[in-house]
This record gives sequence, C-alpha cells and structure tokens, in this order.
Amino acid sequence: MHGRKNNYYMKTIYILWLRQLKRYFRSKSRMIGSLAQPLFFLLSLGYGFGPVFKEAGQGNYIQFLVPGIIGMTLIFTSVFSGMEIIWDKQFGFLKETLVAPVSRFNIMIGRTLGGATVATLQGTLVLLISLIIGFRPVSWALVPIAIIVMLLSALLFTALGTAIASKLDDMQGFQLIVNFLVMPLFFLSGAIFPLSSAGAIGKIAQFDPLSYSVDALRNLLSNIPHFGLATDFGILAILTLAFLALGSYFFSKVQI
Amino acid sequence: MSNIIEVKNLTKKFGDFVAVNDISFEIQKGEIFAFLGPNGAGKSTTIKMLTTLLSPTSGTMVLDGHNVEKDSNAVRHSFGIVFQDPSLDDELTAYENMELHGVLYGVSKALCKERIQQLLTLVELWERKDNYVKEFSGGMKRRLEIARGLLHHPRVLFLDEPTLGLDPQTRNHMWSYISELNKTEGITVFFTTHYMEEADRIAQRIAVIDHGKIIASGTSAVLKAQTNTNSLEDAFLSLTGKVIREEEGSPVDRMRMRHNAWTKK
Repeated sequence: MHGRKNNYYMKTIYILWLRQLKRYFRSKSRMIGSLAQPLFFLLSLGYGFGPVFKEAGQGNYIQFLVPGIIGMTLIFTSVFSGMEIIWDKQFGFLKETLVAPVSRFNIMIGRTLGGATVATLQGTLVLLISLIIGFRPVSWALVPIAIIVMLLSALLFTALGTAIASKLDDMQGFQLIVNFLVMPLFFLSGAIFPLSSAGAIGKIAQFDPLSYSVDALRNLLSNIPHFGLATDFGILAILTLAFLALGSYFFSKVQI
Repeated sequence: MSNIIEVKNLTKKFGDFVAVNDISFEIQKGEIFAFLGPNGAGKSTTIKMLTTLLSPTSGTMVLDGHNVEKDSNAVRHSFGIVFQDPSLDDELTAYENMELHGVLYGVSKALCKERIQQLLTLVELWERKDNYVKEFSGGMKRRLEIARGLLHHPRVLFLDEPTLGLDPQTRNHMWSYISELNKTEGITVFFTTHYMEEADRIAQRIAVIDHGKIIASGTSAVLKAQTNTNSLEDAFLSLTGKVIREEEGSPVDRMRMRHNAWTKK
C-alpha cells in the first residue's frame, strides 16, 4: 500500500514535469526567442570587449564570457518558467491542478523540476552554440559536472520564480520583476566582468546567488576560479533548498 | 435518502465585503440542484469553498461524508468540476488533457484508457483527440471539460455556468447527457446558470442566493407559487429585484482581455 502510494506521487510529479517539457518543445518561437538573447550577448560582448580584455592582460574573453552567458540563460529561463504559474492562473489550468487530490507540494515539485529541466536544456544549447564561435571547455570530463551545476541553479531560480508568481495575480508585476530582480542579479553576478577587479560590485556580488552559479561554471568549463568550487556548491545547495521551501510555502497558500 | 452535501452557517468575507453570509443548505444524494443568483451574489464563491479552492471565514461543509476543510484530499476524489472559465491546457491535445487528469486522480492506466475513449466518444470529440485544445471552439472546450470532470467517476459534479456562450444545440446535448448520467450513475449535480428555463427544466430543486444570503429555495413550482408568478424568470426577478448588478473585473479578467487583444483569434 505504501509502495503504491509512493508510485502515485511519482506519477503525478512525472506528468507535471512532462507537461512543462511538452510545452517547451512545442513552442518553437519560445525556444528560438530565448536562444536569441544569449546569442546576441555572446556575439556583441564577446567580439566587442574581447580585444580590450586581452589588452588588460585578462586572457581570452570568450572563455571568460561563455559561462556567464550560460548563467544568464539559466536565470532568465528559470525565473520565467517559475512565473508561468501566472499564465496558468490566467488561463485556468492552475485550478485543474488545485482541485485534484494531489498535494500542493507535489504540484510545485513537478512544475519546478520541469521548468528547471527546460532551463538546463537551454543552458546546454548555449554551451553547444558557443563551441561554434570558438569556445573550448578545458576538459570534456568536467562538462557533465557543469550540467549538474546548471540543473542546481535552474532549480534555485525556478523555485524563486514560483515563489514570486504565487504572490502575483497578473502580468503587471512581471516587467517589474525583470527590471528590478532578474536584470540586477544578472549584471551583479560577474557574468560579464571579473569580480576580482570590480571593487564595490565585487563585494555586492557575494549576495547574488547567480555569482556562485557563474563562478562554478567558469571554474569547471574555463578553469577561472573566484570563490572556489566547494563554496559554490555549498551555497547553491543551501539556497536551492531554501528557495524550494519558500516556493512551496507560498504556492501552498495560493487561493484563486 | 441521505445528504451528500451539508453546508452549515457558511460565511466568506473579503476584508469588509461579505461575499457569502451565513448560508446553510443540504443536497440529497442523486439530486440535481440549481444555485441561482445575480452576478456577484456569491454563487462562485460558494462553489470555490465547496471545491477546496477557497477556505471559508466560518461555517462547516461536509461532502460525501468528508469534512471539506479537514479532509480536503478525500473530498477532491469525490467531486468533479466544470469551471466557469476554461481550465484546460491549450498547448496539450484533448487526449493529453484527459490523460493528465487521470494521472492526477490516480486512475489506473488501463481504466483511464478505456474511460477516455468512452467519454470522448460520448462528447463527440474522439475523432479530434489528437488535436491541440487551442484549435477547439468554445463549445468543444466545454464538452472536453465535462468529459474530463467525469473521468474519475465523481459522486458530485459541480457545473459553474456550464452553458455560458454555448449554442442551443450544444446546450441541449450537454444537458441530456448530464441527466442521463444522473439517472444511470446516480451522480449528484450542483449547477449554476443564468438561463432560467434551463434551471426550470433540469433542476429538481433550486436555491436563490442574493447578496450572499439564500433568499428562497424549493422546487420551481414552489418558487413560482411563493412569488405568485408564472415563470421561474419572473419568480427570480421578483425575488432579486430588477436592479442590474455590477461585478468588478478580476485581475484575471483584465489580463485575459489584454492577452486576447494581442493574439490573433
């Protein structure tokens, strides 16, 4: 009986995970749209700042930039995936899940895993695209670990998006979240510049979860460390758990 | 006959506004019950509370022997609901929407497959099972929602203005199907509508709610006799007055309007 119950829980989480993936693969415009932004950043910043970066004695800017742009892809895709709850509120599908005899926690976990999987796929696609413009990971053996970092970060930010979306009723607040949360988190994370020489911003970056994602990726893919892998993993793991708890708490309070 | 729904002193306040004001009623097993009232009278709020979407400010609700608030998971197994607004996933096919529902309600795979075919055939959507819901008309979506609401064989079916925006053919078809289910399966039906002739024809018992209070209840004949009128429409107007009610658009309504303005139909 206990086993059957667990099996049922797993199935409900799986079907909600699958739904997120189906929605992703069916929306080609969304897929292309969310790859265009990182690509523009890669090309314009990569080629624009590359020579200056080299002249300043910092080495190859593409090697430095790619992990940062993967981090950008992760935070944007994840937060938006989490915030899809607002769309489901709007188009009613959320009600269908809320009246079902499934705990809110399972619903939240299924959706969050789905959103995080989508974001990790996007991050991996950006990594593949960057190979075309000349990026080379220092060791292919470390790439799977980098993908685990992506998944961990994606979980963190999807849970954050879920927590925010649970508190919002409509898309009005969406632009506000992008401009006052996602953008600052991205720009302060050291995704596009080295934190070691950034002065005050380098200090603020310590409070930005994305700094640790970017640092871990940069460490694993380009061998450019700042905080160190142990710190990165430790902080990401703790924050992921904290945001999952926060997201499921807020989601459990949603009333329609 | 025993009661399948028992509501006692149910109240819901939103700040200072009392949406549902100390209402009590019972519904018998196998009954078709209509809940009528002007816009903003408290119909949908009551349904939301009965279906565990909203917690009441005070009062108790028992559905199929389970306390709605304390035993919400058991209650969720007992009812099916067709919401006033669509609640399908547009990006999934009709079949996938049904399948997802089956998994969420723990219906076994084989049984789920069998029932999906049965129900989709019944609402005449089996041929379109692999089409995306976004390609469906309003009537087709409604039919799909009804089929989905029945997939887990609920004891009570809630229908919140199920025929809104449907043509007479679809409406007729839908009601004959629901009456049939009520007879053969003994499913209790709780519905709201603004079409009085529909309530008159289908419902075995009617309650009229206004300003959060139940102001009259009984069979259609009783309500007509009580108000000295010849039609349920006149009885309804005599009970609730002729003043037009304003209902504030919810954020969701406003957002849907904006979305509709930006997407081609």
